[in-house]
Amino acid sequence: MSNIREINPELKNKLDTASGPQYWRSLQEIAGSEEFQEYLHREFPENASEWIDPVSRRNFLKIMGASLALAGLTACTKQPEEKIVPYVRQPEELIPGRPLFYATAMTIGGYANGLLMENQMGRPIKAEGNPDHPASLGATDVFGQASILSMYDPDRSQSTTNIGNISSWTEFFQILNLRMKIEKQRPSPGSGFRLLTETITSPSLANQIRELLKTLPGAKWHQYESLNRDNAMEGARLAFGEPVETLYKLDQADVVLSLDADFMSHNPGHLRYIRDFISRRKVRSGADNSKMSRLYVLESTPSITGAVSDHRLPLRSTHILEFAKAIAAGLGIGGSSTYSHPWVAPLVRDLQAHKGASIVIAGEYQPPELHAIAHAINGALGNNGKTVIYTDPVAAEVVNQQNSLRQLITDMHSGTVDTLVILGGNPVYNAPSDFNVADALSKVSLRIHLSMDHNETSNLCHWHIPETHFLESWGDARAFDGTVSLIQPLIAPLYEGSKSAYEIIAALNGISATKPHDMVHDYWKSQTSQADFERFWEKALHDGVVPNTASAVKNVTAKTNFTGYTAGPKEDSSFELIVRPDYNTYDGRFANNGWLQELPRPLTKITWDNVALISPTAAKKLELENEDVVELKLNNHAVKAPVWIMPGQAENSVTIHLGYGRKLAGHVGNNVGFNAYQLHTSNSTWNTPGLSVTKVSGHYPLSTTQEHHVMEGRDIVRSHSLEEYLKHPHEKEHEELTSLYPPYEYKGYAWGMAIDLNSCVGCNACVVACVAENNIPVVGKSEVKRGREMHWIRIDRYFEGSMDAPRIHHQPVPCMQCENAPCELVCPVNATNHSSEGLNDMVYNRCVGTRYCSNNCPYKVRRFNFFLYSDLKTPSIQLGRNPDVTVRTRGVMEKCTYCVQRINQARIDSEKEDRKIKDGEIVTACQQACPAEAIVFGDINDKESKVSKLKADQLNYALLEELNTKPRTTYLANVRNLNPEITTKAQNEH
Amino acid sequence: MQIFHPSTNTLSKFSILGGLFIIAALGWALAGVNRSPYVTQSKIAKEQPVQFSHKHHAGDCGIDCRYCHTSVETSSFAGIPPTRTCMNCHSQLWATSPYLEPVRESFRTGKSLEWVRVNDLPDFVYFNHSIHIHKGVGCDTCHGKVNQMPLMWQDASLAMEWCLNCHRHPEKYVRDRKEVFNMNYNPPPDQNQKGREIVKEYRIRSFTDCSTCHR
Repeated sequence: MSNIREINPELKNKLDTASGPQYWRSLQEIAGSEEFQEYLHREFPENASEWIDPVSRRNFLKIMGASLALAGLTACTKQPEEKIVPYVRQPEELIPGRPLFYATAMTIGGYANGLLMENQMGRPIKAEGNPDHPASLGATDVFGQASILSMYDPDRSQSTTNIGNISSWTEFFQILNLRMKIEKQRPSPGSGFRLLTETITSPSLANQIRELLKTLPGAKWHQYESLNRDNAMEGARLAFGEPVETLYKLDQADVVLSLDADFMSHNPGHLRYIRDFISRRKVRSGADNSKMSRLYVLESTPSITGAVSDHRLPLRSTHILEFAKAIAAGLGIGGSSTYSHPWVAPLVRDLQAHKGASIVIAGEYQPPELHAIAHAINGALGNNGKTVIYTDPVAAEVVNQQNSLRQLITDMHSGTVDTLVILGGNPVYNAPSDFNVADALSKVSLRIHLSMDHNETSNLCHWHIPETHFLESWGDARAFDGTVSLIQPLIAPLYEGSKSAYEIIAALNGISATKPHDMVHDYWKSQTSQADFERFWEKALHDGVVPNTASAVKNVTAKTNFTGYTAGPKEDSSFELIVRPDYNTYDGRFANNGWLQELPRPLTKITWDNVALISPTAAKKLELENEDVVELKLNNHAVKAPVWIMPGQAENSVTIHLGYGRKLAGHVGNNVGFNAYQLHTSNSTWNTPGLSVTKVSGHYPLSTTQEHHVMEGRDIVRSHSLEEYLKHPHEKEHEELTSLYPPYEYKGYAWGMAIDLNSCVGCNACVVACVAENNIPVVGKSEVKRGREMHWIRIDRYFEGSMDAPRIHHQPVPCMQCENAPCELVCPVNATNHSSEGLNDMVYNRCVGTRYCSNNCPYKVRRFNFFLYSDLKTPSIQLGRNPDVTVRTRGVMEKCTYCVQRINQARIDSEKEDRKIKDGEIVTACQQACPAEAIVFGDINDKESKVSKLKADQLNYALLEELNTKPRTTYLANVRNLNPEITTKAQNEH
Repeated sequence: MQIFHPSTNTLSKFSILGGLFIIAALGWALAGVNRSPYVTQSKIAKEQPVQFSHKHHAGDCGIDCRYCHTSVETSSFAGIPPTRTCMNCHSQLWATSPYLEPVRESFRTGKSLEWVRVNDLPDFVYFNHSIHIHKGVGCDTCHGKVNQMPLMWQDASLAMEWCLNCHRHPEKYVRDRKEVFNMNYNPPPDQNQKGREIVKEYRIRSFTDCSTCHR
């Protein structure tokens, strides 16, 4: 890669002197180095498209001769014999070949998100959001979409083990029973017993645990997960004297200020918040667009929330508290502030102008004090009860999880713990490194771990019990607003002997065989006074939510005295370490999920690795380039990490992401990246100053998709300020171009898609949804490095403006389904051609792999199977495939089909009812997953359809329309609602 | 001096033509083999775990196709009956017949019968029964006179050109919806005329787009 040190001044100059918006994708691009130019002009990076092995002419002829002979023979291959295996007794509601949908829920950090799972002949194959669930409203996140693969993961643990040897549940139960008898005979029954769980919101499980603890008064229940909500809950304690849950009504807010809050990904209500926030950002011609909301984000490291903001300020994390205090002071609460920043005054004015219609959100990874200040500011602005509401906590038992784990460790060291049962989680991997959980565990004489995979913690426990996936067992859980969802299984446990938490707790009570279904069912029966409980239960199962379980609004008043609220030493010169969850592997639990590993991170576009993000200025100072290796040292703990220069990163902040460097994750996740938990200690917070960064020798290759398929400097992503848009609402118009080919008249349906760039938050849900729907294979790090990723939809990320504080844009790019498709003309075997409804069809069985089509595609959306990427051998993987889509093999080109399987099904359904397909009846996989409703699909021949209306919008434009490809996928340009006070100031500063 | 006799000119002409002829003949033979039952498996009766006779059930007993193939009107897949459907009758009729032991065994043990697929399209072809039924394509148009097959065989070649024959000229094959399940249906002499009317009435838009079947 090019040298960033040398081009910096030139680059800065280029960006500063240019007039109008300047868009760029990567630092290499603006540098315009020769290397990069070459990289860019090749369809695939060097060596990606060549046969690397030397092939002599003679060898070539030999191989060609053989393949010619084979070509003749293939025509005569007989199909292998296939079996049909019908049911013995067929379930009544099941129609072979048609899917059934069941409502269930997935939890992350204990909080539920409603899902509707597609089930094909008894196999769950695709997750969709549950439209009736308040946290989902039909949308899903990447984790929900990828949950299918986690269930079919062949690396899941499949048997009960005792010190590494395969054992059985019966044997385990006997041992446990003996031990529990001893525990019960102690003077204080259960005093040697400890239970460690992750956050539990499940009412029935919490009830079961409480019942157990009643019989063991000396026992203790600890909760720990690394991405806990300690800061938010402690913040609420500071402000209100009790822990409360804070909910935001983003659809009612005119002005939103995020204090390092990535509420679009790291918040229990993130999907709902995206939907609500974006509902105020839909700029449409003819509508009253002056009501568009405005989002300010202060953050040290770019997040997806920062990327969609109108004003984003890269700020040292430890300064955010001072900034918040200055805002509070401006609003007349919490005393005076000495902190000064040009943004404070305009922000205060904007917030004051929208009293009762503004929101200040503190980040999950900011100290409790900042949360308390945010509560006070919301109170002062009169937002409480309007845009911000408080409820009782959703978790069954709110504890400070770090302290809870610390207490457990102390007890283990003191020898008071004899029996430790760990339900889920992986504390050996994800606890603060100074806790030294492994050491403490060795003091416990019986250690039991229930887990889906035999992970780092299982490895140090005597007993490992395989856990059922949430799609295999019963349960319940609460969403961010308290609503209870029932979790119902879609399939019987794949591995006999896997147990759920309910069964372990029952076993602790001396019951060997329990049915989790009965536990959940009976709990709810005892909780409701419904006359016809079965009817109530069936309805709750069907809808996916238990009615009237949302938390009641709580009236609390935040205290406005901020004495003693400091963010630690106030100094700017040292580096600070920012630790954040990973967008894809979360806290490490998804490390073995290939779909998530290969998913480019929303902002860095890095796959298969975590990195240390460093600002361009710091990189220049330390003479660092991308892929250099640095040693990060904090409080005597050190890790080595590859460097990635991140435009928009606060100057002296270095960000690392959790969830990597696992040793026992499985074949996919083992030894990928470095373990950021090593720097995460109990006395450090999520943002800690005093980090030392030293360059060490070595070069660590990273696989990023950021420079793949660059569309050089053309009018690709478009953005306007709201002010500008209201003055000149028209996109640039292109003259009508003529084609050599006669125009084709689409008489029936004409499928088209509109993607609203103003709505897209770049969350990647569409990409994983597409992977799951269309059986897209995982190719691995080295193949991604060669530009051979297979994703049918990619999200391009563009920067605009300066390197230190660029504006960030996302642009999802699927196949454009061009009416004048350049790919079709060059296929020698007619494997890609046009359908009468305007789809650009791809026929895999005809494709011989010349790759001419991909070469001729101006949008670079075609993907080629250079090898047999699809796993055709692992049995569990076959179960998760979508039976409606062909699994492609080596040598075949593939691309987005607008989910033609869904179009065909809808067409058949409508024809059978002798009607037309209704608008909105066909929903593509990407559209269905999107929390922001950024993607709209439909019939453009129907002038009343949603997509037609969007295409008639003033903001509508086509990519590279000057090529006259007439793409069926078009975009709505981005509009940002800028605060003139801040924009002018920024301009004056330059 | 002349090395080759003038007659070799004629010979060489013939050998060039002969070469062309051989290539053409090879191509013709290959196309023939490709369409032959050897490759397409058509008209070859398949051995099954139970020697089930469609001739007996559909022909002699006159059981409607849909009694067993229940999802043919609603799904892409016509459906193979669960063992229970067999046992509806065979718990009473021929209840002790040794031929039916595999059926009874399946019902006793809960282990499915494993039938050999007779009409087997390649995995990259997505065919939907329900829409063809709805548009007036008779069962026997593709499956042949099933009521006369003691053991089941694939009647048509199931080659793409065979599919396209109908998709390009549906009027030659379609019939009144009422007659779809009629195994003894004979096309009227004015099929083309009737067919055109049906195509219009049922709004048959038989697609020849690739993505209709391949996706």
